Amino acid sequence: MVGKTEPVNGSVKQAAMSSSSSNPSRSDLLSSTFSLKSLKLKTKQQELLIRVSILCLVYILAFITRLFSVLRYESMIHEFDPYFNYRTTLFLTQKGFYEFWNWFDSESWYPLGRIIGGTLYPGLMVTAALIYWTLRLLRFAVHIREVCVLTAPFFASNTTLVAYFFGKEIWDSGAGLVAAALIAICPGYISRSVAGSYDNEGVAIFALLLTFYLFVKAVNTGSLAWALASAFGYFYMVSAWGGYVFIINLIPLYVLVLLITGRYSMRLYVAYNCMYVLGMLLAMQIRFVGFQHVQSGEHMAAMGVFFLMQVFYFLDWVKYMLSDTKMFQDFLRITVTCAVVAGAIALGVGTASGYISPWTGRFYSLLDPTYAKDHIPIIASVSEHQPTAWSSFMFDFHILLFLFPAGLYFCFKRLSDATIFIVMYGLTSMYFAGVMVRLILVATPAVCLISAIAVSATIKNLTSLIRTKSKTALTTSTKGSSGSKASSKASLDQSQPFQKNGAIALLFGAFYLLSRYVSHCTWVTSEAYSSPSIVLAARGAHGRVIFDDYREAYFWLRQNTPPDAKVMSWWDYGYQITAMGNRTVIVDNNTWNNTHIATVGRAMSSYEDEAYEIMRSLDVDYVLVVFGGVTGYSSDDINKFLWMVRIGGGVFPVIKEHDYLVNGEYRVDKGAAPKMLNCLMYKLSYYRFGELVTEYGKPSGYDRARGVEIGNKDIKLEYLEEAFTTSNWIVRIYKVKPPKNRW
Amino acid sequence: MVKLCVLIAAVSLLPILCLSFSPDNPTDRRVLVLLDDLSLKSSHSIFFNSIKSRGFDVDFKLADDPKLSLQRYGQYLYDALILFSPSTDRFGGSLDLAGVLDFVDSGHDLILAADESASDLIRNIATECGVDFDEDSSAIVIDHKSYAVSETEGDHTLIVSDDFIQSDVILGSTKVEAPVLYKGIAHSVNAANSLVLKVLSASPSAYSANPSSKLSSPPLLSGSAISLVSVVQARNNARITITGSLDMFSNRLLRSGVQKAGDSNKYSKSGNEQFVTELSRWVFHERGHLKAVNLRHHKVGETDEPAIYRINDDLEFSVEIYEWSGKSWEPYVTNDVQVQFYMMSPYVLKTLSTDQKGLYHTSFKVPDVYGVFQFKVEYQRLGYTALSLSKQIPVRPFRHNEYERFIPTAFPYYGASFTTMAGFFIFSIVYLYNK
Repeated sequence: MVGKTEPVNGSVKQAAMSSSSSNPSRSDLLSSTFSLKSLKLKTKQQELLIRVSILCLVYILAFITRLFSVLRYESMIHEFDPYFNYRTTLFLTQKGFYEFWNWFDSESWYPLGRIIGGTLYPGLMVTAALIYWTLRLLRFAVHIREVCVLTAPFFASNTTLVAYFFGKEIWDSGAGLVAAALIAICPGYISRSVAGSYDNEGVAIFALLLTFYLFVKAVNTGSLAWALASAFGYFYMVSAWGGYVFIINLIPLYVLVLLITGRYSMRLYVAYNCMYVLGMLLAMQIRFVGFQHVQSGEHMAAMGVFFLMQVFYFLDWVKYMLSDTKMFQDFLRITVTCAVVAGAIALGVGTASGYISPWTGRFYSLLDPTYAKDHIPIIASVSEHQPTAWSSFMFDFHILLFLFPAGLYFCFKRLSDATIFIVMYGLTSMYFAGVMVRLILVATPAVCLISAIAVSATIKNLTSLIRTKSKTALTTSTKGSSGSKASSKASLDQSQPFQKNGAIALLFGAFYLLSRYVSHCTWVTSEAYSSPSIVLAARGAHGRVIFDDYREAYFWLRQNTPPDAKVMSWWDYGYQITAMGNRTVIVDNNTWNNTHIATVGRAMSSYEDEAYEIMRSLDVDYVLVVFGGVTGYSSDDINKFLWMVRIGGGVFPVIKEHDYLVNGEYRVDKGAAPKMLNCLMYKLSYYRFGELVTEYGKPSGYDRARGVEIGNKDIKLEYLEEAFTTSNWIVRIYKVKPPKNRW
Repeated sequence: MVKLCVLIAAVSLLPILCLSFSPDNPTDRRVLVLLDDLSLKSSHSIFFNSIKSRGFDVDFKLADDPKLSLQRYGQYLYDALILFSPSTDRFGGSLDLAGVLDFVDSGHDLILAADESASDLIRNIATECGVDFDEDSSAIVIDHKSYAVSETEGDHTLIVSDDFIQSDVILGSTKVEAPVLYKGIAHSVNAANSLVLKVLSASPSAYSANPSSKLSSPPLLSGSAISLVSVVQARNNARITITGSLDMFSNRLLRSGVQKAGDSNKYSKSGNEQFVTELSRWVFHERGHLKAVNLRHHKVGETDEPAIYRINDDLEFSVEIYEWSGKSWEPYVTNDVQVQFYMMSPYVLKTLSTDQKGLYHTSFKVPDVYGVFQFKVEYQRLGYTALSLSKQIPVRPFRHNEYERFIPTAFPYYGASFTTMAGFFIFSIVYLYNK
């Protein structure tokens, strides 16, 4: 990997230039003219050369466009969850696989602890560790952090290859190339796979697309080998991300649609049965999944379709044996009714007896977007679980949003098993993307593929139109992007006089759109998606200002607190505290125990003396709060506070949301609710803040994140004392005092 | 030669080491007595001499001595403080209210005696320790039923009390036979403070008022709510005695005979001497000071302490508890020491058995719950130092290879899978090669 990264790092400038100035069709223009002049190659060989060189360039482009974050900041792990992944990977590389598998972590979820090995998807860590070990074997002395940072870009590059083959499978190689190019720079995917974003999604999208590709291939060929490969792809996906549930529901749905539309075939039977049975057995090897795969409601659709396939096969056999069609019709009716009734009874009995667990809250919230808001505040509180705004679709897909329906049109026009699959993938994932922001990621490959079909088919039609009229110089340049031999079968209407000019204009329009797409993607990547969110940057009067407060605080914890100190914070910061501060936390981002989180939420929203009792019962030594009032950093604990109240109130009804609101309004200034002004979170955030003048011309205690002067400037702490506040006040750490000596 | 030097150095350091306060020798050694008036030195000499005779260095200073200081270079110069200066408004030198409280909060002992002239400073010190003197500065304890009989009728302000706390640890094993003579102000203990104890209470007929004026309103403090002598054992085991009577320690009352009004028993000597001596023994940690050491735990059959336990492990737990006898550490023998295996609530609570030599031990099975547990020994008995030990130990679930590999109930499943495999194999052969 290092051997690959070095030239990549060296050629970043050139790559950035090429990526901003042109789409891949320009690079293949260069390479094709070069190859034509120097070598006498047959057309097929020329085409292969062009295709391979385009793919190589796309591969490199996908990698280097994700390195903005390293250039802008440094080679570091981003955000929240990646810190847990990094910590576990470190553990895996240091202690070996079995220790990792059996790891009981006593540093998180104090005092409950967490069985790490049984509650994570190990795919990402094992992948990174394997890359690391391979590099070590090859005598590349890399640090595991570098491997972790670059895992996501590496897999993004691999995804482009899969996208190419997938596009080739469902349409043609031209569509494949366009798909590879589109997905390489699509912001929806980049948002989760920039260098440093060491999260499950980084490898999972690769695994997802690979599984789908292999399954479609298996359906197209009816080959056991491809089905087996897709089962292994599925296994890798299960080991990497909880989103595998999407696969195990989409594929049965697809099979069901094929069955209903009368497209049942032996190929489908082989592909699905092999993939399902082997995939299930393999998936059950992942401890976190285990028997869920045969017992939980989310997986039941796959099992039902599996049995339905057997019924179809049986019926096929009976049809073959029976010559009488009327008899067969009766038999069909009886069998199907019996099968459906038996399935329904089995499902009912299983659910009633508790053998089949009901759907989880997350699954419900996918099907019903309002479910989480009403029932599970902990899911609704996560920003990436919010319903998607229109603007973010535009932001993440840009022109693909318009090309997507066009692609669907082309798919419907040439309906096959493969295009049905991609249509279903596209439509379902688009729905889910609308439900949750983070699922835009899952929709991205489908959108890219379908858009690629649109682009490829349009350009191909246009160029063939031009070529049949007259051989212009344009032919060579567009040939690459259309990819395959221009189809001569395109029916052309000779009677249109402006057709040629119109085609050229349209072609230029398409190129213009695509180049806009490229510049948009590059801009989005560099401006929006490359921020590590652990280091904040702002534009100041003298250029860029860096706020490195998080790391400052975590290193303070690491250096200045006893090794067994327990730190209480809102769960967002749990992973970072354990990974960077190396201290025990009460709750963290693995939100498996709602009660425990609610206890912390209750402590934060109680008065200091009540909170002290709770903190004593949890052996808390330090309390960490994130505060953006000085810097204007808006995602701080005061802005998250209502969620703490809601989550705390969900378990402990003594916490009532309306105690913290004034006429349904959340405020921190003088008009704030009295409970708000005296709760622990308010006190810890604004302690000594009343003395501070944050902005010229504003009174002291002016909160820049919320733009108000705070309501309680004279805060006295009785049971806690300030231990550390970072240079920009973003992180504040308080020590819990021991009980009074004489009372 | 080097060895000799080290030896000499060690020998010469030995007395210093012995004198300094240390957990190995909890008894106080250096006592500072602050007086209003140096004449108290002679008028209360019996009490002071009894302290001196027990081996304490007693240092007398006037409370307004300008060179007064409890610590130098961050080190405390004294191990205990006796405040016999009720009327002092301000201490001399650098000492103040916070200084006295810091002295206590760093583990040192305090005897505070007030009287009618108690200043705000003395009252504040008492308040900070959970004892509130009667706010009426002219009020003193009056008891018209259990007063000391004397030749003159008097105003019944010299009262007698024998309502002692029932604790051998605080007051010694010999019962105080004669009642205690008391002349001073009343105080009450603050209900919010769980650490303060009434050692000597007034009789139900006592009340706190100005004896020279007519009682116009009901007294604020009356009956057995009045505490005459109270003690506090702070969480860091510093001990404090507070009383409203400086005279209680005086030679006059220590020597005088006592007869309770309405009681025919006449004692030739009051109980004061025994009471104050025994109380000072307790305050100076000569009695009732426990230490718990060597908290050990290990799996049954092993000796090393593991870093982590597995659920359902059998473990042995032991702790040694010693009591300071004033000279040496003696085994503390009792049958009510308990250990908790605690994670938010005690999962195991067991009484430890003792070997009579200070070692307490037990064995139990780790519960079938994983998490971060604590061994907790919370031993709080009246008068004894509070023992509060905890040691954190995580408990992990089974490893993947620690489960039973073959369980009898699963034999049908093993059988089924192997039969299926064999059947499939045979079927394949028959199907493929049997035309």
